[in-house]
Amino acid sequence: MKLLVCISNVPDTTTKVKFTDNQTKFDSIGVQWIINPWDELALTRAVDLKEESNNPVSEVLVVNVGSAETEPTLRKCLAIGADKAIRIDSDTKDAFQTAKQIAAMAQKEAFDFIICGIESGDYNSSSVGGMVAEFLDTASISSVSDIRFEGGKAIVERDADAGKEYLQVDGTAVLIVQKGFAQEPKIPNMRGIMMARQKPLEVISAVDANALTEYTGFRLPEPKAKVKMVSPDQMKELVNFLSTEAKVL
Amino acid sequence: MAVLVYIQNFGGKLKKQNFEVASYASKVAESMHCPAIAVVMGTMEDSEIERLGNYGISKTLRIADKVYNTLINKLFTRVVQQVVVQENVTIVVFPDNNEGKAIAPRLSVRLNAGFVSGVVSLPLSVEPFIISKRVFSGKALAQVRINSPLKIVSLAINSFGLHEAKTPNRIVSFEPEVSLNDDSSRVVDRKMHAEGISLLDADKVVSGGRGMKGPENWKPLEELAKVMGAATACSRPVSDAGWRSHEEHVGQTGKIIAPNLYIAVGISGATQHVAGISRSKCIVAINNDADAPIFEVADYGVIGDAAQILPKLTEAFKAFKGE
Repeated sequence: MKLLVCISNVPDTTTKVKFTDNQTKFDSIGVQWIINPWDELALTRAVDLKEESNNPVSEVLVVNVGSAETEPTLRKCLAIGADKAIRIDSDTKDAFQTAKQIAAMAQKEAFDFIICGIESGDYNSSSVGGMVAEFLDTASISSVSDIRFEGGKAIVERDADAGKEYLQVDGTAVLIVQKGFAQEPKIPNMRGIMMARQKPLEVISAVDANALTEYTGFRLPEPKAKVKMVSPDQMKELVNFLSTEAKVL
Repeated sequence: MAVLVYIQNFGGKLKKQNFEVASYASKVAESMHCPAIAVVMGTMEDSEIERLGNYGISKTLRIADKVYNTLINKLFTRVVQQVVVQENVTIVVFPDNNEGKAIAPRLSVRLNAGFVSGVVSLPLSVEPFIISKRVFSGKALAQVRINSPLKIVSLAINSFGLHEAKTPNRIVSFEPEVSLNDDSSRVVDRKMHAEGISLLDADKVVSGGRGMKGPENWKPLEELAKVMGAATACSRPVSDAGWRSHEEHVGQTGKIIAPNLYIAVGISGATQHVAGISRSKCIVAINNDADAPIFEVADYGVIGDAAQILPKLTEAFKAFKGE
């Protein structure tokens, strides 16, 4: 089985977010870029599946749609254990355009599962996975929290409102995964980092694709009102605040 | 022309969040001088569906076959697409939750319709269509323009509230033309939650962090949650240490939640944690460290020992509920 993990290159979570060009563009000066944390969990489990001998996964590829600046992130994916990285050379404007690039690439290779993190830490769209599936006209399973193999067939666990549901997949599917799929990201070891230099990082050109949406401006949220302190002996007063002032009860 | 709202079916019942997206769709429709209509998949009684009329929905299309009681992303997308075409819909509204995330992006491709997820307000302008959403896990707000004629948005839960507007809601059966065996995935097993409230759409959440000092100290927190009708959650160090199940982990890489009320007990408030809770309407922090960063994002703060404060807060809630 061949897995493709979609990797988003995002600012480190602790980044102080700023904008330039009259508040229309994200200011990337001084920003540390990381593998989107959810994609990192996806990749961790994909690599584990390949390394465990008792299941049919044989190859893990990663793909990113982006400029040359995202290559350090892809190298890190190789160090974690991906066999090959693909960068689709495009500066896409929205999830639709990104998904179309990934789908066009995936169409040419026979992936059994395409795996995406549930959300990216930058624009929080939660869209690319579902869009790739629709472009490929294939099944998608969202809110995935585990996978196992039974007689060569994948059983995928997903979170539903009332509990867990287990889906058997016969054929290909896009999995949109969250915590549970893996618990903690793999930290690349020295051997992995050395080997990553030898592994292929292929750059392919983009296909024609339009964006349907456009970010026209950004602003920082209003500074939050200062926290209102309540004495530990005044819990009745706190409940009263929650009821009459915050109106959340 | 119409605005269509996707009503998630919670086992035959409607929840508050359904009424919130219905309220939102009605307001959008009002600004465009067109009706707001709804689609419901799976089994639901007429009397339940009619309640959507309290929030301005004038017609609901029901696809009652019990096949639709289980979410199949591709199939559901096909059905909603057919509703959109038949009803000449120009804007589709989804809830920004698991089910919305499962269907809306697919529908965007299917209909070539621009999709903006997690919107937090009514459109700032309809022509051109500009709407705002949170980005960078709540650290900024963005304005997004949708350039396609057909538009899809998903509404961040608890960002809009309920707006009553009584309308008779006509229920119509919809018969989609789809192949039911067209999907490579099928549900083969289920494990329902034993009890308690699902964290993802809980209205109130009580969450514990490292400051709880050990799994044996969770009883008063659970007691408070029970009295409040809240779900329980935890921070990442707690689930990493195995004190609580990772199912309860909220924060970046864990669950991202947006309850009306979030009570953080013994949680310092690292950026990664805040990324998962910043969409909460009201945050209460209980911590013995007055300098904990959680107080920077909290609306109300209590400094002190959780073990002593939790029972008092529980008593206060009991009194409030008149017990």
